[in-house]
Amino acid sequence: MNQRPSNLLDEALGLVDDGSKAWPLSGRVVLVEDRVETSAAFVLHHLVKRALSPHSSNVVVFLALSQPFSHYDRLLRKLGCNLAAQSENNRFFFLDMLMSEFPDGDEGGLVALYGKIEKVVSSLLQENKKCITIVVDDLSLMEAAANGSSNYVLDFLHYCHTLTSAFGCTLVALNHEDIYLSMERPALILQLEYLADILIKAEPLATGLATDVHGQLTVLNRGMWDGHGSSRNRICNFHFRVKENGVEYFSPGSMA
Amino acid sequence: MHIQNVVERVSIVMATTKSRTSSFSRNLTAVPSSTNPGLKYGPNGTIFMSSGIPDLDKILGGGFPLGSLVMVMEDAEAPHHMLLLRNFMSQGLVHNQPLLYASPSKDPKGFLGTLPSPGSAKDDKSRVRDPEQEKGLRIAWQYKKYFGEHQQSFDSNKDGKHEYCNDFDLRKPLERHFLNSHHIDCVSIQETQDLAALRNRCATFLTQFPRNDGNVSPAGRIAIQSFCSPQCEYSNMEWDMLSFIRSLRSMIRSSNAVVFLTFPPSILSPSFSRRWQHMADTLLSVRAIPDEDKELAKLLTGYQDMVGLLNVQKVARINTQVPVILEATTFSVKLRKRRFLVLECLNQAPIDGSSGSSYGTSATCSGTSKSGTLDF
Repeated sequence: MNQRPSNLLDEALGLVDDGSKAWPLSGRVVLVEDRVETSAAFVLHHLVKRALSPHSSNVVVFLALSQPFSHYDRLLRKLGCNLAAQSENNRFFFLDMLMSEFPDGDEGGLVALYGKIEKVVSSLLQENKKCITIVVDDLSLMEAAANGSSNYVLDFLHYCHTLTSAFGCTLVALNHEDIYLSMERPALILQLEYLADILIKAEPLATGLATDVHGQLTVLNRGMWDGHGSSRNRICNFHFRVKENGVEYFSPGSMA
Repeated sequence: MHIQNVVERVSIVMATTKSRTSSFSRNLTAVPSSTNPGLKYGPNGTIFMSSGIPDLDKILGGGFPLGSLVMVMEDAEAPHHMLLLRNFMSQGLVHNQPLLYASPSKDPKGFLGTLPSPGSAKDDKSRVRDPEQEKGLRIAWQYKKYFGEHQQSFDSNKDGKHEYCNDFDLRKPLERHFLNSHHIDCVSIQETQDLAALRNRCATFLTQFPRNDGNVSPAGRIAIQSFCSPQCEYSNMEWDMLSFIRSLRSMIRSSNAVVFLTFPPSILSPSFSRRWQHMADTLLSVRAIPDEDKELAKLLTGYQDMVGLLNVQKVARINTQVPVILEATTFSVKLRKRRFLVLECLNQAPIDGSSGSSYGTSATCSGTSKSGTLDF
């Protein structure tokens, strides 16, 4: 089966260009990890853009804890995706959670948020939407909003996970891995990494900063069907350079 | 007065004729112009305000973007973050930008007396821009095109009031009339047990600078010194402090203001230190240089004149996904004529290639044990 991936990341994720196939991330949990030195926000932007491509009827529900709408709108436009228009077409739902708080023991907090998302998903399914992608930017801010009650955040993610298994939604979450490196038993990140079907990790290069290579991505894709009826884990590593209108991916040691 | 009316009328006209926001329209909320020298347009629809340090503005590609959070990691051994803080505060006052200043001292107002004044014209005229030194300044490469346009505002000092960024004379205190204005609000955070009060104070202050279309408003500055200092009663409430920073960050996103916050990372647990670093849009760290360090003297040229080191860990990425990769991230902090703060790209003396690590490899702030003297 000859597939023509757009780039190394799409190939690692199994995203084909023409969109005639079903959204391959349906029913899967994608965990994106990064660090202070190397941000992986561009991965989220790329996935949003792919999900909202004109060939499909996918819908994106975006939980924004990190930046306001204007930020994403502006930068996605340069990637060729008009969030304001998609929002009007009910393909992009933006939940501004910059000021949201989920204090301890408050039933109205994350549980209510899940309720809202579930409502949106159910109504979209009734309209026969093929796939809904829920994006969380980012989880460490959700923990801060919950004042440290990581259990509530985990519960919320487990609820969202039911949406992926029951309704074929895609869950994409960004978290900052370096926060948890020094902790003894960081439940949030351990459980997330266990739950994730796809793990995308952005790290700086071993050789340090460079103007032409911004970092390296490692993609672990669990249970990727290889077209011969069997599934296997697949791990890819490549370098990237982030630009205003897209990202270049290339094998280590080769500049595109 | 008259000029101000004209500017206001022009912006009101522009606001009413303005159609739905497109990515190509400029945000006219606070119009940088000759009557508003305290602000400057940046790329991607951002507007900058000056850090008060000409070299730092250049390194950062213009200054601090409105709506961003600047954090400085302190070195417990030396108060160099105060140099950055003072210049930031003075610059705002010179430009009539309201200031909210929070500090762990019992009498924050006293600190205002130590703020520097812009250097007088004759001092600046004699500042020789050594072309060799000029080359040594590394400018974020994609901002070079903007630097060219505003060349004149960095050089000659015609009139201190009309400069975007002043060259502050650390030996000359700021004139009293700047300090007596009603634009300054001081808060002591030493006795604060509940950060909600400080949060409300910041929220109230920020209502003066809403980011709306067609609204001409000045920009504001919030300066918070040594936020997790152990003197403060809340300093062991890690989640509360994080929550405060998060809400401050969120509030600032919809304001035409900049928050400048310094903190000693050694006080925080490593994971919280990392959480705070992720919160920052622009992240700097300062470090003392030990006196009479023979090893360092061999390594660096001009070592005797250095008062400290500044490391640029992260540069704000507002409205863009492209990271800012600087050609150099570590700078020496020097006082020109013992009065003016300058930052110079480190000139490492040639070292034996087989030993030692290049200073360029590590810009991390993690507590790795392999750190060389220049890694921090």
